Amino acid sequence: MNHIALLMENQPGALSRVIGLFSQRGYNIDSLSVAPTQDETLSRLTMTIGEEGADINQILKQLYKLVDVVMVQNLSEADALTLELAIIKLNKAKTDVEDLLNNYEFEREILDEKDNYTVFKVLGDTQEIEQLLSELKKEEFLEVTRSGTLGMTKGNESLATNDQTKISYD
Amino acid sequence: MAKVMTSGGEALIKALADENVDIIFGYPGGAALHIYDAIYQQDRVQHILVRHEQAATHAADGFARATGKPGVCLVTSGPGATNAITGIATAYMDSIPLVVISGQVPNHLIGTDAFQETDMMGISRPIVKHSFLVQKPEEIPVIVKKAFHIATSGRPGPVVIDVPKNLTDPNEKFEYKFPSDLYLRSFALYDEAENSEVKKAVKLLTEAERPVIYAGGGAINSNAAEEIYEFGKLMGCPVTNTLMGLGVYPASDEQFVGMLGMHGTYEANMVMHEADLIMAIGARFDDRITNNPNKFGLQAKKIHIDSDPSSIDKIIDVDVAMTGNAKKVISQINKELKAMNFDNKKFDGWMKKAMQWRAEHGLNHNMLDQKNPDDIILPQQVIQSAYKATHGKAFVTSDVGQHQMFAAQYYHFNEPRKWINSGGLGTMGFGLPAAMGVKFAFPDETVACITGEGSIQMCIQELSTCGQYGLPIKIINLNNRALGMVKQWQDMQYGGRYSSISYEDSLPDFIKLAESYGHVGMKVEKLSELESAMEECFALKDKLVFLDVYVDPDEHVYPMLKAGGDMSEMFLSKTEKTFE
Ligand SMILES: Cc1ncc(C[n+]2csc(CCOP(=O)(O)OP(=O)(O)O)c2C)c(N)n1
Ligand SMILES: [Mg+2]
Repeated sequence: MNHIALLMENQPGALSRVIGLFSQRGYNIDSLSVAPTQDETLSRLTMTIGEEGADINQILKQLYKLVDVVMVQNLSEADALTLELAIIKLNKAKTDVEDLLNNYEFEREILDEKDNYTVFKVLGDTQEIEQLLSELKKEEFLEVTRSGTLGMTKGNESLATNDQTKISYD
Repeated sequence: MAKVMTSGGEALIKALADENVDIIFGYPGGAALHIYDAIYQQDRVQHILVRHEQAATHAADGFARATGKPGVCLVTSGPGATNAITGIATAYMDSIPLVVISGQVPNHLIGTDAFQETDMMGISRPIVKHSFLVQKPEEIPVIVKKAFHIATSGRPGPVVIDVPKNLTDPNEKFEYKFPSDLYLRSFALYDEAENSEVKKAVKLLTEAERPVIYAGGGAINSNAAEEIYEFGKLMGCPVTNTLMGLGVYPASDEQFVGMLGMHGTYEANMVMHEADLIMAIGARFDDRITNNPNKFGLQAKKIHIDSDPSSIDKIIDVDVAMTGNAKKVISQINKELKAMNFDNKKFDGWMKKAMQWRAEHGLNHNMLDQKNPDDIILPQQVIQSAYKATHGKAFVTSDVGQHQMFAAQYYHFNEPRKWINSGGLGTMGFGLPAAMGVKFAFPDETVACITGEGSIQMCIQELSTCGQYGLPIKIINLNNRALGMVKQWQDMQYGGRYSSISYEDSLPDFIKLAESYGHVGMKVEKLSELESAMEECFALKDKLVFLDVYVDPDEHVYPMLKAGGDMSEMFLSKTEKTFE
């Protein structure tokens, strides 16, 4: 499992260049999450590559080579936090859902209950969420949407941007 | 200063002029018509009309390889754009700076399967260094500037600019401003190497017993020939060049052991195999060089200089990695070697060993003296004859196949940028249009295209372009009546089952064909007539000559590395090999 964080230009085409490096090699991207940062010209992306034997260092270098990519970090090799959000709907009453979730440690919140369908969110690490989902597989009705893993390093290390490089001509 | 108002089409051409572009290669069509109208109304940038967009990209590519400046081409949307793809991929694989401008359907039609619409950004994505879809006409000058900067800096490569037709509308004018500075976020370029790395490299170089310098296309791209020559002399050790690097170290120098790799010389491959230090300069250890990477250079420490960090430790792990500009990094190393008065005498024995290998199984460069049964011509003799007739001074472009390997092996390149071939992609059809690009860049120089009857037919239509612009290129066709390189593999690995390598009786009469385009055609079938025909061909200074040389159809290219083996495992001829 490799978690990669990167900053890229918030522009059409940028994401497909990033993804192309994986699909070209036949690697599947297990999860991917992208959104603009506080600087709306930049998007931040976290992706998870499960591929056994993937040459991640080579990919990191290729990613960094893309003109649209500003910074790359391998979170798996850094002291980093990772986190995932899942929104889940079950054909159960709110109270049943609450009982069910009592076995888990992660943050959760019931968002809605309607016609005996309950929507709730859980926030935790990916493994925990997957544990929950494997338990829920036996349910007759199950709908899930996941944010994909998000990550950030601890301490003063950061994926901050370089300033724009000015290239002058005489 | 007075405001200059331009349309998008005019801005595009004006920006090219501001980038000092004199010549572009292209082919018009609907989506590019506004741009072509802008071209018509100025005379600063010359447009060369080719006969197929693939040729436009190869011509721009040949221009770039010969001059070191970016090549520029212009194509229309849809089929124009897709025809350009092979040429873009060719330039991408060899890290050649190209700027490819493609017309696109008007914005409001994008995504509607409009007439002649293809997603050029999508199709070209994996084979470009970068690409731009123009969104507003005002940004055209900045995009052009960025495109040239990206195409030419660091590890060069092709950049596509896709321009929707409505953004070049002649009726919509805006103020033209060519930027004086560029802003690119985190666009890492590597220049000099870290001093600590230089020190480490010098330590390895001076402590080695059997070093070899292995230089490739990146050394040519960074114009490092002079520095590498000096480095070679400071080291006094064997030097080899890749197919892409030929000329970056003079072939006639006594330390040069020839090309290495798949069809490299015996001595170059043996030197690589036995070396205890491999110094790679702008070369990327690709599979045509290393043979089996698990058996490559097992005795050797490795130093790698490359402008692209992703080329380092990609195939072969190295001991010292130096990301930087080869010209600058080699100067750094030379300075250290000079400062310490390095005595390279200790490599004399190793250099002698290389010469001994050459004496045992080196290429025979004097085949013109030999007579053949039935006066048949061997392909190697054609190259030697061309070398002799041009005094080794010609620009030589090539296609792909046996003829290409013979040209690489037997035409000695003493200068960089003189040998122009598609090494990475191996694109048949490259040779003739590339020669056109070279000839436009150097009208007074001799330009020869060494080709095969298979390859030349892939862009033969360019004989017409050569007629229109009066390009006296010399086409030396090594006619073996077959897709020779494929046939060689079928001989060696498929029990001589010749599947689809013959044209039966359908080859055109190349003499009449050349004549029909207004050129001169000459045919040679006998060795005894080869040299006089070659002299005559190059003496016709202002004519394109198609010299159709019938060569032995059964000749193979040797040496040839054994598939999956190490670099010492070679076939040396149809009957000899170095392994069991
Ligand atoms: C566009 C393209 N198609 C197919 C090939 C595969 N290929 C490599 S060499 C070769 C034969 C080339 O024949 P010819 O030009 O006559 O050269 P020869 O080997 O006979 O000297 C072929 C088909 C290629 N390199 N490029
Ligand atoms: Mg042939």
